[in-house]
Amino acid sequence: MSIILGVLEEGLVYAIMALGVYITYKILDFPDLSVDGTFPLGGAVTVTLILAGINPLATLFIAFAIGALAGCITGFIHVKLKVRDLLSGIIVMTALYSVNLRVAGKANVPFFNVSTIFENSLVNRLFPASLSGVTVVVILAVIVFVVKFILDQYLKTRSGYLLRAVGDNETLVTSLAKDRGMVKIVGLAIANGLAALAGSVYCQQKGFFEISMGTGTIVIGLANVIIGTKLFKRIGFVKSTTAVIIGSIIYKACVSFAIFLGMEASDLKLITSVLFLAILVFSNGREKKVKA
Amino acid sequence: MIELKNINKYYNHGTVNEMCLFHNFGLTIKDQQFVSVVGSNGSGKTSLLNLICGSIPLDSGSILINGSDITNMPEYRRQRRIGRVYQNPAMGTCPNMTILENMALADTKGKPFNLLPGTNKQRIGYYKEQLHTLGLGLEDKLHVKVGVLSGGQRQAMALLMSTMTPIEFLILDEHTAALDPKTAEIIMQLTDKIVKEKQLTTIMVTHNLRYAVDYGNRLLMMHQGNAVVDCADEEKNGLDINFILEKFNEISVECGN
Repeated sequence: MSIILGVLEEGLVYAIMALGVYITYKILDFPDLSVDGTFPLGGAVTVTLILAGINPLATLFIAFAIGALAGCITGFIHVKLKVRDLLSGIIVMTALYSVNLRVAGKANVPFFNVSTIFENSLVNRLFPASLSGVTVVVILAVIVFVVKFILDQYLKTRSGYLLRAVGDNETLVTSLAKDRGMVKIVGLAIANGLAALAGSVYCQQKGFFEISMGTGTIVIGLANVIIGTKLFKRIGFVKSTTAVIIGSIIYKACVSFAIFLGMEASDLKLITSVLFLAILVFSNGREKKVKA
Repeated sequence: MIELKNINKYYNHGTVNEMCLFHNFGLTIKDQQFVSVVGSNGSGKTSLLNLICGSIPLDSGSILINGSDITNMPEYRRQRRIGRVYQNPAMGTCPNMTILENMALADTKGKPFNLLPGTNKQRIGYYKEQLHTLGLGLEDKLHVKVGVLSGGQRQAMALLMSTMTPIEFLILDEHTAALDPKTAEIIMQLTDKIVKEKQLTTIMVTHNLRYAVDYGNRLLMMHQGNAVVDCADEEKNGLDINFILEKFNEISVECGN
């Protein structure tokens, strides 16, 4: 039971970030490495604000806004300064490492006995303490659902249509008399906002900030998106956003299973990468078979 | 009215491969003129369109639309008044979006792309009506992704989409070249109908000499960055396709083709 709850907890946290990666990777076709920096950025902002006595719910919105700002910087570097997509992300990711240290003050900041979105008087009143594991999952599910709902709605707006168009056919966006660069910046802002939001939720759930928490975020995000979209490709009625969320949980389950089989917790990043590679190879192989 | 004044355009400027495409080139296109442009490969037809649309920069000279200078205006801003259809049918539509979404997208051109619903449900009737005029049955496939349509169907949609909102100029870049003869004919007739209905100023680049003679009220033959034939109205009506063909062979022979 506790393993399942653990899988759901982390799967849902990373699902928020994966929804952002879905925008950059699937919609914009932009391999955005800056999420490796914006995920911990959200965490750093959150611990600092919570320790300063700001409402934990408000920190979610502030983390999103600051993450979005970082995404704009990646977009600016790529679009206006004409640096290649991968390099723009690397530049921002690397710079954010120092920024995160500055924001948080030090590499490891624990915060116990303060109220978070998971531990506050309202939650304690609604749910009995014996169900604390379930409570966390329920709260996470609500957050993920709200984010997914808003994203789905956004993609149906005029602005959302334009975002999808820029990934689909850049020339058409120009034909519509719109600056495609600006549309890309908007997409990167939303994606990195979501990554920072995920980082904020992650820290509030774990009760600490750690500078290396962002390492490999993009790999997890890509794995989640690819598992989700490949798995549900043939099923028309499952929305891509739903597929990404389910993909996140499946991926986390695979990682947990590997640890359950006797791998050490320190092997986590190794497992993450190898599993991602396996997914990529597997999905390539299947595509070839279909073509032949 | 479009005016091109003293256009100079070199490729690989300052290198041994320098190639002069336009040297002091000038052209004036009056309102509601439908210009067909023909010429051999490398004669500057597509470059001419790209210069007008701002897809490529020019070295010197100026481009004016209705008297105002747009030489330094970015490409996407110019497109506000221009509709453009490309040779490649995939360029004018979004393959992963549905027919309805594509129509809605085109309909939003010139309006703010804000948080209003992407598809205005009240416009669906109008979109169906417009698609019906194509005679391809697309009005019954509104929720089909454009990527599964044939080249001809996509090109018809691209033409419809580029002329849906009020524009002044229509730029057609060999827009029938990738289609089979029958579909090309349908698209060409449709083009003529839209141009006449909306009274658009049109520039059409084509390799089909017959289309160039049959459609439009002005014909340009480009050769090495110059207009070697330029005739309009009555003069063009009297044109014989054999004369054009002869002239075309002449310039091709000169090039050694």
